[in-house]
Amino acid sequence: MSLYYVQKLLYQLNRDPIVRKRFAADRDELLGEYSLTDEERTAIEDGDIGLLYVMGVNGQILMHYSALIGQEWDEYINAMKQGVADHGAVRGGLYTLLEDRDG
Amino acid sequence: MSLVFAGVCSHAPGITGRAKRADPVVRDAFYARLHELRERLEAAKPDVLVIVAAEHFANFFMNNMPAYCMGLADEYEGPIEDEDWLAIRRTVVPGNAGLARRIITGMLADIDLSYAEEWKFDHGIMVPLNFLTPRYDLPVIPVNVNCQGPPLTTLERAYEFGRVLRRACDAQPERIALVGTGGISHWPATPDSGVINEAWDRQFLDRFINNRRAELIAYTDEETLRDAGQGGFEIRTFLTVAGATEGATGELLFYAPIPIFAVGCTVAQMAVQ
Repeated sequence: MSLYYVQKLLYQLNRDPIVRKRFAADRDELLGEYSLTDEERTAIEDGDIGLLYVMGVNGQILMHYSALIGQEWDEYINAMKQGVADHGAVRGGLYTLLEDRDG
Repeated sequence: MSLVFAGVCSHAPGITGRAKRADPVVRDAFYARLHELRERLEAAKPDVLVIVAAEHFANFFMNNMPAYCMGLADEYEGPIEDEDWLAIRRTVVPGNAGLARRIITGMLADIDLSYAEEWKFDHGIMVPLNFLTPRYDLPVIPVNVNCQGPPLTTLERAYEFGRVLRRACDAQPERIALVGTGGISHWPATPDSGVINEAWDRQFLDRFINNRRAELIAYTDEETLRDAGQGGFEIRTFLTVAGATEGATGELLFYAPIPIFAVGCTVAQMAVQ
């Protein structure tokens, strides 16, 4: 169930400057408030868009987070493609229902 | 007065944020039609714009996701996104809490919706406003239909929501404009961003412009996901506008796939009878 909390944290980072300040200044305390696996925590701290996509983070949340951390558009699209290449198919969420268009 | 204007347009963030990367001929033709929609909106002399959008986790999350929500505030702010990424400066947008309260109260007699006295706009509203009310001088009442996080409201209910919205608007003394914003087929925010099913889009737009309710509500979500991507769920905003203009048809001002904008870019006006 922790995909829910990964998305909740990113959702709050995207929309709330106060949460962004805490992420910068009190990261351990902030992340401690969410139920996250070590892999999820590392992916968030590293801004690993590819792995977060594969975990199943909703793309609308992830796209805004990518913009927040300053990725260019092509870098963002390529990060998702590389994530699938490195980690395999999307594991959870809505995108598990999409067809594999790369065959 | 009553409803005095109804239209739809696309809202994809690339429309503003990646403007420089699009084919300038197609892009400028699209922008010209958006400006035409603005001129038609202004000619209707509305007191307020009700904008039916499919927001993208700017306000609503899976801890408490409303199927339908209307804004009940005197001002809003947006965009939540990075300003340079969206190429829209953060601003305050005027609302109209008094009118929103009357519309919501009227609608609750026939359909359930939630309300929000606090609301931050994302690209789903800010991109249309950037073209339709670029001075942010027309009060806005935002409406959200959950199109992002299933389970979703049915298409039949989205159409019915439009009917009920229309009745509530027609009971008010103000002149009310309605704009729905969403994508048709698209796979936004995935590695398949830029894929567009033009044939599906054109069939949908034919059904929409001619307001053929039975055909509009006939899509199953499984079919939409397969043929139009998860972004296709946003047709709910179009169905609400169709419901609000039931019995009338419309005019397609523009449609063209613009892959770098990640959507088939659409501008249309529906007649208001």
